[in-house]
This record gives sequence, C-alpha cells and structure tokens, in this order.
Amino acid sequence: MNILIKNGRIIDPSQDIDGKGEILIEDGKIMEVRRLKAEGKRLKAKNGKKNSELRTPDSELRIIDASGCIVIPGLVDMHTHLREPGYEYKETIATGTKAAVRGGFTSVCCMPNTNPVNDTISVTAFIIDKAKKEGSCAVYPIGAITKTQRNEELAELDALKRSGCVAFSDDGKPVTNSLIMRRALEYSKIFDVPIISHCEDMYLSEGGVMNEGFISTILGLKGIPKAAEEIMVARDLALCELTGGKLHIAHVSTEGSVGLIREAKARGIRVTAETCPHYFTLTDEALKSYDTNLKVNPPVRTERDVEAIKRGLNDNTIDAIATDHAPHHADDKTKEFDAAAFGISGLETAFPLSLKLVEQKVLSLKQLIHKMTVTPANIMGILKGSLSVGSDADIAIIDPEKSLEVDSSTFLSKGKNTPFHGWVLKGFVEKTIAAGKIYDWT
Amino acid sequence: MLNTKDLLGIKELTPEEIYSILDTASGFKDVLQRDIKKVPPLRGKTVVNLFFEPSTRTRTSFELAAKRLSADVVNFSVATSSVTKGETLKDTALTIKALGADFVVIRHSSAGVPHFLSRLLDISIINAGDGANEHPTQALLDLFTVLSHKKKIKGLIIAIIGDIVHSRVARSCIYAFVKLGARVRVICPPTLTPPEITNLGIEVFHNMEKGLEDADVIMTLRLQLERQSKGFLPSLEEYFYLYGLTSERMRVAKGDAIVMHPGPMNRGVEIESEVADGRQSVILEQVTNGLAVRMAVLYLLAGVKK
Ligand SMILES: [Zn+2]
Repeated sequence: MNILIKNGRIIDPSQDIDGKGEILIEDGKIMEVRRLKAEGKRLKAKNGKKNSELRTPDSELRIIDASGCIVIPGLVDMHTHLREPGYEYKETIATGTKAAVRGGFTSVCCMPNTNPVNDTISVTAFIIDKAKKEGSCAVYPIGAITKTQRNEELAELDALKRSGCVAFSDDGKPVTNSLIMRRALEYSKIFDVPIISHCEDMYLSEGGVMNEGFISTILGLKGIPKAAEEIMVARDLALCELTGGKLHIAHVSTEGSVGLIREAKARGIRVTAETCPHYFTLTDEALKSYDTNLKVNPPVRTERDVEAIKRGLNDNTIDAIATDHAPHHADDKTKEFDAAAFGISGLETAFPLSLKLVEQKVLSLKQLIHKMTVTPANIMGILKGSLSVGSDADIAIIDPEKSLEVDSSTFLSKGKNTPFHGWVLKGFVEKTIAAGKIYDWT
Repeated sequence: MLNTKDLLGIKELTPEEIYSILDTASGFKDVLQRDIKKVPPLRGKTVVNLFFEPSTRTRTSFELAAKRLSADVVNFSVATSSVTKGETLKDTALTIKALGADFVVIRHSSAGVPHFLSRLLDISIINAGDGANEHPTQALLDLFTVLSHKKKIKGLIIAIIGDIVHSRVARSCIYAFVKLGARVRVICPPTLTPPEITNLGIEVFHNMEKGLEDADVIMTLRLQLERQSKGFLPSLEEYFYLYGLTSERMRVAKGDAIVMHPGPMNRGVEIESEVADGRQSVILEQVTNGLAVRMAVLYLLAGVKK
C-alpha cells in the first residue's frame, strides 16, 4: 500500500526542513518529500521526476489529511525498559512497542536489565527475533557492559555488537568498579558504540527513595543526595578523557551533573547526555502525597535542577530526551513508599510533556524534535529519526494544539505507573506510521 | 472539632485543632483520676491496633485509651505473621476493613503508610508512628505535659537532643511546638541532622552546652544502638560524652527546666540515671498524659462525619 500525507507541517531537523508539504510512502519507505511554496531544496526519490506533481494517486493510495498537524520523523527512544525476557508481567516486547507507537516512537533501544540479563548473543537474538514477530516498531537491544551486570568481568561486547546490540549499559545499576568502567570505555573503541552510564554512587544512595533535601526531611523518607549522581558523572567524564571512549550519560537529573557535562564538552571530551521528561517537569514537592508513581531513580529533584536541566537542553549540554520507560505491575507500586519499585511508564506521555518546553521557550519545536529523533539515532548509530528519501517510513503525526487528559487506564503499556494521570496536555499523537504501517489513535 | 477523619500527623493540624485535642485530653485526665475510669462514648466501636513494628508502650497506651472509652480492641500484630507469608499491606488493610473496624491505629517502619491506608480505607486512621515521618500522639502528649508545667507554650525554649534524622518524635514535636509559638532547638551530631531542617524555623546546635542554654524544656531521644554500626557514630561512649544528658549539663538550662523522654530509655547512652530519675524529670507523667491524649484523639475522631 502507498500512502500520501497531505496538508501537514513537515518538520525534519535531519534535513533542516520545516514547512508545509506532502510525503509519499511506497512499500514502507519514504519515496518523496515535497515542500509546497518551494523555498529551499525539494527532496525526492532517485527515480522521481523533476519538478513534477507527486505521482498520480492510484487505487492503492491511502491519503492522510494532516491538516493542523505536524508531520515529523518517528521518535527515537534511546532508553526503554521492555522487561522481556523475564518480567513479562510488567511489560513485553509486544506491549512495550505498542506503547511506543502510541507515543509516536518508532524506534526504541531496550536496556539489558532483563532476566536473564542481555549479556549474551542468545538473549540479544531472542529480543530481535521476538521484536520482529510481535513488535510494532523497531527495537534495538542494548547489551550489558558486564556479565550478569555484576561488575566483575566484561561481557563479550564484540559478539553482542555483531548480533545486533547498538550500545552497552549496566543500566538499573552503575558500574561501581572504576577499573571495569575504564576497560569498557577502552574496549568499546573497537567498534565506536556508546557506553551508557547510569550514574549512581551506591554507597551514598543506599536505602534512599527520593531526592535528599528539605522535602525528604519533612516526609521522613531517606534521601538520595545529588552528589550520588554527580560523583559518578565526574568519574566517568575523567575515565572518558583518559580512554578516549564514547560515553553517554543516562537520565541526567541534577544541576551539578549539567555543569560537569557542560564543562567536559567545552574541553572536547566525547560525551553525550540525555534527560527524561520527569526531570524537567516535576520536583520533589510532588512527593508530599507519598504517591509511589513518583518514585523513580534517579529521583525527581528541585526547582533549581529543573531550571538547570532546561538550560542544559537549551545550550545542547543535554543532547537528547529519552523516556527511561520503566513499566511496573500495580502490585509493585501499591506498596509502602520504601518498598515500591522505582520507575515511571513514560512512552505514552513523553512527547506531550516535552512539548511544554516549546511553550516555555526552552527549545524551538525543531530543536525539540531534533532531541527526540535524529540526535538519539546518531548517538546510537542507527539510521533512524529522519524523513530522508529512502528511509523507513517512520512518521508521527501530531496535533500540537489539541488538549487531552492523561488516563493511565488507557495506556497500551502494561505499566500504568505514571504520576501524570489526570494531567491535561497538548501534543498527543494522532497517527503513527511505523515501517509503513498506519496506527490511528484518534 | 477535627476536620479530617484521620490523624496522620501534626503537619496537617491547625493550632486550633491542637488546642481542641489538648482541652479534651484534660477532661479525660480528670476521668482517669476517678475510681471508675471507664466512660461510654465509643461503645460498639472497634479499634484495631495494627502494629508492624513492635512497641509495647504505644500499643498498650492506645489499647487502654480505647478500652476506657468502652470500645472493643483488636490487636493485629503483623510484624512476624502475615508479612513473612507475603501478604501485602493492601491485603492487610482490606482484611481489617472486612472485619468492620471503625479505627485503625497504625505503626509502621515505612513513612507514608498511614497516608496509604487513608486513601484505601474510609475508616479513621490514627498514625502511631510511621518511619521517620511522624508520631503525632507523642507530640500531643508532650505538649500536654509541657502545658501542665509551664501553663503556656509560646516563647518557651524547647531543646530536642539526639538522633533527629531518624526520629518521627522529633519531627512531630518540632511541628507541634513551632505551631504553638515555642522556640525550638535541636541538638545533634551533624551525621544525625536532617537536611535543611532549619527551614522549619528552628535552630540546630552540635554542641550540648550551647544548645541547652536557658532551655525551658529538654527532650532527649532514644538512640537506636545500631547507629554505630551504620557509621553515624564512632561509639556510644563518644556519643554519651558529647550528647549525653547529665546533671552537670542541666545547669546551663533554666533552673525550672523539665526533662522529657519518649521512652524507652537507654540509660548511660543518651541520659544519665540521675537525670532520668531526678526532680526535673517528668518522664512518667508523659505516660499518664499519653493515655488522656489518645482518648481525646479517639473521641474527637469519632465525632467527625465521614
Ligand atoms: Zn538508569
């Protein structure tokens, strides 16, 4: 089936496109992107005819009217927990990728803290195979840095890379052993893939369930100091400088981390960084309700940190916005705050929450889309996040003005654990096209 | 005279509500002096004591308070039984609801558990201590005790000594005394000081002599002995040397200062026996007042329309 998307505002930062236009899709690939009011260059497929109309509609052509909407590359999430294998009661590859396309994501990179851990090619192969059979969008596994994420020996990084892993991380936990982290950064230079660091000093964070500060004091909950993150950010930046490896800092949550990364980038250190919507949307004040849906690691911080993260996004200290989608079963959240699981189910609210940055003038719409499409794709070295001719037809069509109320019970993710239930947000996805397949959410 | 169905903490109370509880408690204190100490207001009501942490003192006090008001009391000790079988807090709560309880008195090692129950159940929840968050009836009985000696709260200097960071008693007392206009100081080692606690409008001292100067009320807290192994303190001896309440140190406080302790005491760790048993000590009065205050809380919550 061929698809023609008409009347939308096409924004593709990878090609510096922003304007009204039409997109023609054939056989799951982008055939032609035509900009109306032809300013700038017109892009078309190699076999397209110069300056002609888009191909005449044939009987198999499905026309999508995107009036009032933005038409953007399918979003790329570089930090997702799909939970399969091992924790299928929390999420599966099938449900997690459904939640992804619902949220406008057409590529997700899944973290290896499954059971078994994705530290061997058989697990990687299982994920890739399962995603092909049951997934709704592209899935890129992230391999473990150390065997069973135990901080003792490096996993077979090359074998994992060859079988399809696009990056390495022990996410969920830090690599506590600095020597192992050094070796990982060194060894990864063979294939130039990022080592993704979950920055947490486990001695400092031990027993902590929220940000350490005045709010943890009045709630009587044990805090996780910002220093627990910043110490590890500083360590990994030093190791990155030492080794020349490719470092990516996951889920930046503090003002201090932003400062460290900014300074490192200024010195030419090869580091990239991501943050997640909750770190620029929420502060620890929200925890006064003891709502366990707000329990996340790293924890949501303070107004100062939120402002610093916004500045970091604005000046590109923080390259990308990821979800850290961490779905949990209600039983793991309907508990004492101390005992509840960490994590937020994030795929289905990430774009609307991030769109607030445009309203707040932190980012332009194009910059925002950059940080959710081509930037994460480039960091991960995957050919995604672009509407360039010949690419997979991965597209999100979004009405940036329409308001909707978040209702977690309608989530396609098994994880209904969101602190944003009941929030009224703009920018939910109207339609997603993943590899040419249309999902209509209206 | 209370506006909520629950007593979750002092944080949530207005000064008027606090005074109304204290006034009611003084009525019950008179009842407790009588020959027949039982009154009928809670006849036919059921109070469930749900204790996830062992605490004979607080549980007994609530039990007796409920019985003096003619309620039926069920003690539901979950510390070892159901929890080890994997029963969740939610299941326990729903079981208690099914039993037809009117009040749940909850003690749990995790902060926020009373709030969790409050959302889950429409019966009255009384917080008998949740993690390091609050222990409101302890603070109310402390206010009651101080009032009976000092006749006012406003302007008094209250010194709270010890492991403030882990203490729900300290937090509830800080809220209570600050709300009623006292000047509150905490005296504690820096390792046991809660972050940004001065935002509550109190002063922090790491030196006993300075902190005790001119104090009207001296409240020393129980030191959990495992704080040493967790690296908060080098040794209990050193703690006593620095922060132990001794008769020597009492001299810098006001001559008529009173000494309080929420119990149970570690004699020789946070307090010297000479002080604990001395003429300024009101520690045993606190126990009696606790009974009156808890009767008042049960009585007033029973009157709240649900
Ligand atoms: Zn992580």
